[in-house]
Amino acid sequence: MSSSHAQTNGALPHEPEKATLEGRNKVLAFWLFLGGEAVLFGTLFATFLALRNQTNEGPTANELFQLPMTAAMTLILLVSSLTSVFAVQAMHRHKVAALRVWLMVTVLLGLCFLGGEIYEFYEYVHAEKFGMTTSAFSSAFYTLVGFHGAHVAFGVLWISILIGQLYKKNLTVVTAPKVYVSAMYWHFIDVVWVFIFTVVYLLGKVG
Amino acid sequence: MDWLTTVDHKKIAILYLLAGGLFFGIGGIEAVLIRLQLIKPMNDFVSAQTFNELITMHGTTMIFLGVMPVIFALMNAVIPLQIGARDVAFPFLNSLGFWTFLFGGLLLNLSWIMGGAPDAGWTAYTPLSSTTYSPNHGVDFYTVGLQIAGLGTLIGGINFLATIITMRAPGMSFMRMPMFTWTSFITSAMILFAFPAVTVGLVLLSFDRILGANFFEVAGGGSPVLWQHIFWIFGHPEVYILILPAFGVISEVIPTFSRKRLFGYSSMVFATILIAFLGFMVWAHHMFTTGLGPVANALFSIATMLIAVPTGIKIFNWLFTMWGGQIRFTSPNLFAIGFIPTFVMGGVTGVMLASAPADYQFHDTYFVVAHFHYVIVGALVSGLLSGLHYWWPKMFGRMLNETLGKLSFWFFIIGFHMTFFVQHFLGLMGMQRRVFTYLPNQQFDTLNLVSTIGAILMGTGVLIFLINAFVTAAKPKGVADDPWEDGRTLEWTIPSPPPEYNFKQIPLVRGIDALWKEKMAGNKSMTPAEPLGPIHMPSPTILPFVMSVGIFIAGLGFMFSKEQFSNSFMSFIFNNWIVVIIGLVITFGSMLLRSLYDDHGWHIEVEELEEEGVKA
Repeated sequence: MSSSHAQTNGALPHEPEKATLEGRNKVLAFWLFLGGEAVLFGTLFATFLALRNQTNEGPTANELFQLPMTAAMTLILLVSSLTSVFAVQAMHRHKVAALRVWLMVTVLLGLCFLGGEIYEFYEYVHAEKFGMTTSAFSSAFYTLVGFHGAHVAFGVLWISILIGQLYKKNLTVVTAPKVYVSAMYWHFIDVVWVFIFTVVYLLGKVG
Repeated sequence: MDWLTTVDHKKIAILYLLAGGLFFGIGGIEAVLIRLQLIKPMNDFVSAQTFNELITMHGTTMIFLGVMPVIFALMNAVIPLQIGARDVAFPFLNSLGFWTFLFGGLLLNLSWIMGGAPDAGWTAYTPLSSTTYSPNHGVDFYTVGLQIAGLGTLIGGINFLATIITMRAPGMSFMRMPMFTWTSFITSAMILFAFPAVTVGLVLLSFDRILGANFFEVAGGGSPVLWQHIFWIFGHPEVYILILPAFGVISEVIPTFSRKRLFGYSSMVFATILIAFLGFMVWAHHMFTTGLGPVANALFSIATMLIAVPTGIKIFNWLFTMWGGQIRFTSPNLFAIGFIPTFVMGGVTGVMLASAPADYQFHDTYFVVAHFHYVIVGALVSGLLSGLHYWWPKMFGRMLNETLGKLSFWFFIIGFHMTFFVQHFLGLMGMQRRVFTYLPNQQFDTLNLVSTIGAILMGTGVLIFLINAFVTAAKPKGVADDPWEDGRTLEWTIPSPPPEYNFKQIPLVRGIDALWKEKMAGNKSMTPAEPLGPIHMPSPTILPFVMSVGIFIAGLGFMFSKEQFSNSFMSFIFNNWIVVIIGLVITFGSMLLRSLYDDHGWHIEVEELEEEGVKA
């Protein structure tokens, strides 16, 4: 631990993710990538808005959605964004142990969210007879919300691997940009969820 | 093996060129077959179904797999050199982008031997592309193949954006950047914002076809017009993604061979940005006859016509650059000069089509075919051929034969205008596009014959270029650093072909056209911006190739997940998504490997650099 200690306190700058050209490139390219992701979700949202009333005599949004459940999922995901901020702050203070703990909390909250979503989809398919092929509305719903869910699942896997990497390699100028970028990703899927909560669930209930 | 693992942008450029050349050849053969079918009325050279497959694959191949990689080849070969960088920002991603593109393209073309190519037109309009009207796997190859290839393009776009933003040599501000780098930069930004839209569109279409979703199925509440919106909000920017790099090439070639600075450099930059912006605003002009209503038609009509303004600025700037210059008619410059009137003609018919009421007449006739071929073949392919002739010595260290180059230009330009000029009239007389034959004595006969002969001449021009490339490959390497003698930008300051590390010392840039600036100041070479030191290089890796193979396998598995095979083992592994899972495991496994084992690359030491300096 002594060598890693020296590395974390002596050699590492305050913002280790921006210490090297590779690190700065990574952060920049990830912002660009998120721009592309925004278009991707924008298109999915547009599709959903165009088709959200085409229920083909299947269940409607108003019949399906349970707001307390989705509100709880929203809360969980918002908190996980906060914990990922704590993680990055711990990284800036070079506290590797705290960084790992906050990342683990983030992953845990992400898993809770995913569990909620899987339960929700399972209920819709089995109890409400609302599947991918039911209507244009159902196709658009599962594609938009499912894409987001897949992003959460990918994020959970990614951050889990990062935690392992932090155990193996400690906090360095190579691992720091990865942590920072994964936190950006996590905030992004959180923002997308806020839009989903508004456009899909709230609008489906009252609109 | 060296080529499978390379992360060097110059080698990746050559890979892109080879792959692009291959697909360009396939697309060209398809084009010639189409023209042979249309050589005379009531021809039965190919069947109607084959004809549908040919036009679909011709359009799809040329746009996504033919010109796109050649553009990427030029971008890879030139951008890092022009901005004075040792490499791109992400060499690993660069290689990944190439391999996913290649495997996507291979998947798409496998359709020819695996039971029928896509047949719904390159736009894959629903419901034509639904399982009802296109029951075989053709359109599945289209959706999955393009998805994978598009992934590669997106990766490439992000890479170039990051490279250009962060890796310019000291002194090279944005407003001192060479025009080709500028247009590639804007093109990459457009790729970033346009490709995710088609990604979604292809996902929705494949969900409709494979999972039975209802996005575009009217019976289930879906909307075919939605597909048109999604397709064209990508598809219209895509044509600017294609043409802007060609503008960049012309803006490099014309000043070089006029021995004059590019006229109106800053207006060129802003015209490029404006074209990109407007390119996103005009997608619905492809849909005037869909029935969006007069208000939407009027707005999109005006927005479309506005694009003529920045484009006109560019045309006049090129003319003013040549005005009073010492013009040398080398083969790259011939293609560049031929580009200008051809592109103007394509632009004028574009304004005609932008007029919504007139478009009701032109819609789905050969007039439209003539228009977009003027822009995409006459202008874009001329631009690419110009760029290839211009940078060939830099890429390969050998000059292309000038006589053959000029011969290929004349065959190409005469053949091109013969093929497509007459199609304007065919369209105005009412010949429809996408039909596999026509009745005699409608005044279509002679013009179609002329068009087909033109296509063969144009093909001959391209063949002469290929012969030229082969003849040149036999010559020894080692042309001068600045073989055209009037080079203006940084790529002409280093040996041809450049060493792995490009610049021994990163140069200091003191103005637009950095090398020209030094020449005018009486200096023989650039002033270095740094002392000679060890150069860090990324290590070669096989992972991008393996990842792409994984995606390829997963794509095939997804496509055939509903197929009933005669062999029960095949049915078992495909129907239970086992093939998809294997593919994804390969891809994600490689990603995991990549993240677990840090690769710090290697260094070229100072002594080695000095040794090579002595040799050169």
